[in-house]
Amino acid sequence: MADLEDFRAETRAWLEANCPPEMREPVKDEEDVYWGGRNASFKSDAQKAWFEACVAKGYTVPSWPKEYGGAGLAPAEAKVLREEMARINARSPLHSFGIWMLGPALLKFGTEQQKLHFLNQIARGEIRWCQGYSEPGSGSDLVSLQTYGADEGDHWVVNGQKIWTSYADKCDWIFCLVRTDKENKYQGITFMLFDMETPGVTTKPIKLISGNSPFCETFFDDVKVPKSYGEGIPGQVGEVNRGWDVAKYLLGHEREMISGAGNADRLTTIGAAMTRQGGEIDPVLRAQLALFDVDALAYTAMGEKFLDEIKVGKAHPAQPNMMKYAGTELNKRRHELMMAAGGSRALEWDSEETRGGTPARSWLRTKANSIEGGTSEVMLNVIAKRILDLPGA
Amino acid sequence: MPLYHDDDQAMLADTAGQFMAEEGAIAKQLRHWRDIGCKDGFGHGLWKQFGEMGFAGMLVSEEDGGLGMGHVEAGIVLEEIGRNLTPSPFLISSVMAATALGKGSADLRGRWLPGLVTGDSVFAVAVDEGIKHNPQNIATRAERSGNGFRLSGAKTFVVQGASADMVVVAARTSGADDDDAGVTLFAVPKDAAGMTQDPVRLVDSSIATHMKLDGVELDGDAVIGEVDGGREVLNAMLNAGRVGAAAEAVGVARGSMDMTVDYLKQRKQFGRLIGEFQALQHRAAHLYSEVEIARAAVIKAQQLLDAGSDKAELMVSVAKAKAGQAAGLAVREGVQMHGGIGMTDEYDIGLFMKRDRALAEFLGDANYHANRVAVLSGY
Repeated sequence: MADLEDFRAETRAWLEANCPPEMREPVKDEEDVYWGGRNASFKSDAQKAWFEACVAKGYTVPSWPKEYGGAGLAPAEAKVLREEMARINARSPLHSFGIWMLGPALLKFGTEQQKLHFLNQIARGEIRWCQGYSEPGSGSDLVSLQTYGADEGDHWVVNGQKIWTSYADKCDWIFCLVRTDKENKYQGITFMLFDMETPGVTTKPIKLISGNSPFCETFFDDVKVPKSYGEGIPGQVGEVNRGWDVAKYLLGHEREMISGAGNADRLTTIGAAMTRQGGEIDPVLRAQLALFDVDALAYTAMGEKFLDEIKVGKAHPAQPNMMKYAGTELNKRRHELMMAAGGSRALEWDSEETRGGTPARSWLRTKANSIEGGTSEVMLNVIAKRILDLPGA
Repeated sequence: MPLYHDDDQAMLADTAGQFMAEEGAIAKQLRHWRDIGCKDGFGHGLWKQFGEMGFAGMLVSEEDGGLGMGHVEAGIVLEEIGRNLTPSPFLISSVMAATALGKGSADLRGRWLPGLVTGDSVFAVAVDEGIKHNPQNIATRAERSGNGFRLSGAKTFVVQGASADMVVVAARTSGADDDDAGVTLFAVPKDAAGMTQDPVRLVDSSIATHMKLDGVELDGDAVIGEVDGGREVLNAMLNAGRVGAAAEAVGVARGSMDMTVDYLKQRKQFGRLIGEFQALQHRAAHLYSEVEIARAAVIKAQQLLDAGSDKAELMVSVAKAKAGQAAGLAVREGVQMHGGIGMTDEYDIGLFMKRDRALAEFLGDANYHANRVAVLSGY
């Protein structure tokens, strides 16, 4: 414990010296978030300095091993770092699907050379990754996906279409589920990695009800995907035709991430803030805010318990599904109440006072929470079968 | 501190779980005492066993002959009590009264705690004066009288009051009915002249009394804590009871849910197990999620209370509200998913519904505690 307190003191001093004051302000818009990648640019010198300091220290991926660009922190140390960053409201230096999704898949299923090559790129924010999972005909029933990669010896030729590809128009590379065996549903999918600049890849942003376009349709038209990127660096993660194992593992991660577990700022109480906005608060609305705050605080405790249990292997393997279900439903309710408390001001779509319609756009955005990464209904199916062991298909 | 039980606590959970499933089982305790019309609503033999197991005095300090454990440990026992619907003085005597007495003088502790530790004594608490929990309002008066006090007033919902050797009574020694200051707690022996109790059987087969205090004369040494400064002791006692009731409610919820999920795997209609129907699967899965979250909130509140954190107050109310809602959902879904058989007295699921109703009301329901969360959060 003494070591941990030393580490806390060191971390506090390092943050004090390296995290500029601007990087301790709340994120105001999309440009305040740094995603890295080949076409990235920094919004400010402070953003650049903070990012570079974190890369040098391994703090873009604190718990990854040092040889892959991380800081090699033990879980208890990583928790201290999170706490110390939260204490000064430090922004995340790098947002990245490489960190959140591909990284964990490579750490579990990748070859040593793949890890050295790709993980270091991710840690340094050099390559911005997107995820090619859903297809127009394969949403909840993801395993029915049809995008096909024909085996052409040293490469595949991929044809098909993906949808809901987050930021595909801004990303450099994609990790993509591709069918490589039409006869075998579960053991006929390969988890491929390829460059979005490869000829035949096109993207088309989808305008959402929030007015934003974070997702794209992605088309593959005779895309040549190499089977190898060098000695010991295959073009797929895991074995050929065994990509579904990787995909399932990653979905667990994704659900955990969307659930907001351990993400204290996302599901904090709202009653006090909403009632401070001015004007009379209706007693019925106040009651709803209070009941929400009970649920939000209880869920925050659940998030803490879930993360504690994961660390020691006590959590049920299907528990991320429960967290995703409860967390997303709660977040939707949160934004409904914020709209109700916000009144006519919250309806404004592009005013300065609402920072470009943030309340309304965020409210609409949350409706996707219980759809993306597995719908609430799919989560309930999984809980019923894998946790409660209820019968049937 | 991680939000799961450490090895010692896991061992306690095994011990308490096994003990309650065998000795505290529904047929052996709740139904037995109910069906013979027992005036206490619980068994003194089992309470002695609580003493032998070390449960009865688990929150009493080692100095006073107890085990000096905390609310996490008491909650482990209470969850098993809830799961088995075991009628017992544990929550009120070992958690609430013990918390109050722990803040009392050495004389008071010496007089009452040894009997609690062995499971010989039973205590009650008399706080509420109306039909809803409202401890802010204490109208019962305690006037100075010689070297002591003279208590007059009326109390409601004094659970196990007629079985108690001593009742912790909250009374007003000064100020207006809803003042924070001016409250004093008294340890009133059962034979105190002027204290009368009218017992009523409640929906869950527990017995509570309407209490009258008609000029009850007490020595000054019956005061628990400071004269006029009893609010602090009262709050500590109430918070201990609330987090304890929340833990028991989680046990009720889990017992009810387990029984219901088992039923879904046995009952056939339309040629299929009813657990195959997605309409029921989704409701069962939602219930699981709510019960898990409630349990996390309760453990968090127990830990904060044990650590003396200033966030404990808020989290105790979160825990009581959330556990009440989750248990309410568990028993309602339980009865509905059991169908007609769930309405019969022969089947246990209805007993869970009755116990949940009483626990939900005890020390403030979900609405009371949601309001308290709002007030403590500043709105």
